[in-house]
Amino acid sequence: MAEIPTANFPNVETTVLGADEIILNMGPQHPATHGVLRVKLKLDGEKVVGSECIIGYLHRGVEKIAEHRSYQQFAPYVDRMDYVAAVSNGLGYCEAVEKLMGVEAPPRARVIRTILTELQRIASHLLWLGTHALDIGALTPLFYCLREREEILKIFEKYCGARLTTHAFRIGGLQYEAYDELEKDVERFCKDFEQKVNEYEQLLTENRIWVGRTKGIGVISAQDAIDMGATGPIIRASGVKWDIRKAFPYAAYDQYQWEVPTGKNGDTFDRYLVRMEEMRQSRRICLQAIENIPTGPIMARIGKVLKPPPGEVYHSIEAPKGELGYYIVSDGTTQPYRVRIRPPSFINLEAFDKMVRGHLVADVVAIIGTLDIVLGEVDR
Amino acid sequence: MDALVNFFRPHLLPLVYAVVIVALLPLLAGYIVLLERKIMADMQVRLGPMRVGPHGLLQPIADAVKLLIKEDIIPEGADVLIFWLAPLLSVTAAMLAMAALPFGPAFQIADLNIGLLFILGISSMGIFGIVLGGWASNSHYSLLGALRSAAQLVSYETAAGMAVVSGLLLAGTLSTRRIVELQAQQGVWYAFLAPVGFFVYLVASIAETNRAPFDLPEAESELVAGYMTEYSGFRWALYFLAEYTNMVVVGAIAATLFLGGWLRPFSGTRALDFLDYAPSLLMFLLGGYCFYRVPKQPVRVQGGVLAAVGLLCLALAGVLGAVLIPPLADTKAAVHGGFWFLLKVFLYIYVFMWLRFTFPRYRFDQLMRLGWHFLIPVAIVNVMGIGVALVLHWQWHWGLAPALVVTTVATLLVAAFLARVGERRQKPLVGET
Repeated sequence: MAEIPTANFPNVETTVLGADEIILNMGPQHPATHGVLRVKLKLDGEKVVGSECIIGYLHRGVEKIAEHRSYQQFAPYVDRMDYVAAVSNGLGYCEAVEKLMGVEAPPRARVIRTILTELQRIASHLLWLGTHALDIGALTPLFYCLREREEILKIFEKYCGARLTTHAFRIGGLQYEAYDELEKDVERFCKDFEQKVNEYEQLLTENRIWVGRTKGIGVISAQDAIDMGATGPIIRASGVKWDIRKAFPYAAYDQYQWEVPTGKNGDTFDRYLVRMEEMRQSRRICLQAIENIPTGPIMARIGKVLKPPPGEVYHSIEAPKGELGYYIVSDGTTQPYRVRIRPPSFINLEAFDKMVRGHLVADVVAIIGTLDIVLGEVDR
Repeated sequence: MDALVNFFRPHLLPLVYAVVIVALLPLLAGYIVLLERKIMADMQVRLGPMRVGPHGLLQPIADAVKLLIKEDIIPEGADVLIFWLAPLLSVTAAMLAMAALPFGPAFQIADLNIGLLFILGISSMGIFGIVLGGWASNSHYSLLGALRSAAQLVSYETAAGMAVVSGLLLAGTLSTRRIVELQAQQGVWYAFLAPVGFFVYLVASIAETNRAPFDLPEAESELVAGYMTEYSGFRWALYFLAEYTNMVVVGAIAATLFLGGWLRPFSGTRALDFLDYAPSLLMFLLGGYCFYRVPKQPVRVQGGVLAAVGLLCLALAGVLGAVLIPPLADTKAAVHGGFWFLLKVFLYIYVFMWLRFTFPRYRFDQLMRLGWHFLIPVAIVNVMGIGVALVLHWQWHWGLAPALVVTTVATLLVAAFLARVGERRQKPLVGET
């Protein structure tokens, strides 16, 4: 049997132990590893002196599958990567293929896409907040968060019939016209939501235990974050004002007024504040977008069979967790020659070891929570 | 034969009480779990268990049956004897502590002259069950949970002990029954005379029973289930029973020492004697509500069960009300004492639950810092303060109340100072090494 190559981390050496060190294997079955992340921790007492993330338990070969599906057929597969933000994944893929083909979705489709994607961002952040708080021991926020997320999922359900893996968008625009009450539903949700975010903050932000558990935990400097390619709330909490929606506007983001929230210290508490503020900003975008949804077609004029010209394209969007990029190579047939996905969770997870060193076991779960990883996306 | 009967006669009643406690406690623990789930559901905008029985009222029984018939797993490499013994130790220690607690003027297994000392000593034994269980499981999670538990319980035992001393100084006796009687004589609960002591005991007892926000030994999101990670089925149920029994025990200690035990609120005030009707009225309303809900049950069986519960409540209301009638007035103290005592214990446990669903969990170093840098010093200063107040009272003939107010204010100042210093001294954990 051929030897299976193993990842080698010379500075971790989780196999060589000192006299008072133990290995603690967290996961893949563990209440706080958000799916099937496995973390091997080298502990001195309760202090973490080394760590190693072992991934791949949810590997489905999504990129390989793409090579055997037509462009449209592959679209539902991307929903299964970051399954708590399926709409964002779909948007990234559809826009990448559109870019490859040189078509553009009509304005109406782009605005509706923006609304749904921002709602999805709120939903994803809500789930993050609930589980993160649960990891740190606050049981109650989870249910409040799920209550609001439910409203968003209901909007998705009304729009396209699915709640989780929505497949809401199509290459070239939208399959479905917006239902009649969409604006009203979104407006109602946004009206209530402001108050709800304040409610979560009331439970947590000023709470001494919460602050004690998150301040100064998992610090990552701006330079380190850039070096590791971290994106999304992680890099913004370290003070880098980087948001693809502002840097390379896509969909309809260039039409709206909103801020990119940033933190200072790059610790868990700042990441928490950044995400809370992002939810408020997403709400702002949604409110502006429903003001004026252009009329017109929702689908660009593309053929039934997609045959993009040979070439390659990289397109990225700001998914709730960071930069989600699609690199697609076309050889002129109906199937992509190669699809490579840059998932934000996978690359943000790189920062884990740096964040976790010197902290206690209890902080490990806080750090896994603050990274906001989804294993479907990490393993693909 | 007569000699034998004579020998057993004084032990007969305590024996009956002991059987009652051992038989009812698991049921009580089960229903405390149900209560907790219901309260949790209420705080979290959901319904909680609703399926087994009306409003989930039979859920504890279903859970118990499930746990009993579960496969019994002993992990490979575990120390079988100790693995087997540890939960028994825990549960025995917790149950033994009930022996000296007065559930009412008439319902007490043994009125020991060293009552409180016995309870504290015995309930500390429970920690052996946790440490041994964690060690015997041969798992890192269990081991870490057991170590945390050992450190936490030892430190918070100190704070709790000191807080208890503050109450003992006021009473001057260790006998639980005598403590309550003294509170009746003095006409004031010790929680009002030693508020700092009561507060310290409240916090320390949460930590002692491994409840959130101090539930580190079994921190679910970190250590899976801490020391009971490898336990399943009935052994696990024993640990659970021990935990909830411990809650009842600390609640009972707090009720006895600080909250006037079986005494009615304002038991000395004749003008408020109408409060005697409260227990009966409360049970009556509860029974009435059950009957009101009966027709709304989706299944007829559930309605029947709910009606039975309503009848039980009405029967209790009848008993609680009947003892108010003059011919039965002798038993009033016994029956109502039990009611008030249990009510106080449950309110105390309710505070536990309320805190659990509100706060995130402390980290281990924060927990220890809170214990050693704040609670224990405050408890010691509080004991000294009460000592000074008593000297002022006895030697210098101050009134007890003004003396205690002065020393309590002084204690609070010290506590504020300690909190400030602790905040400044709090060093951030290193992020990188």
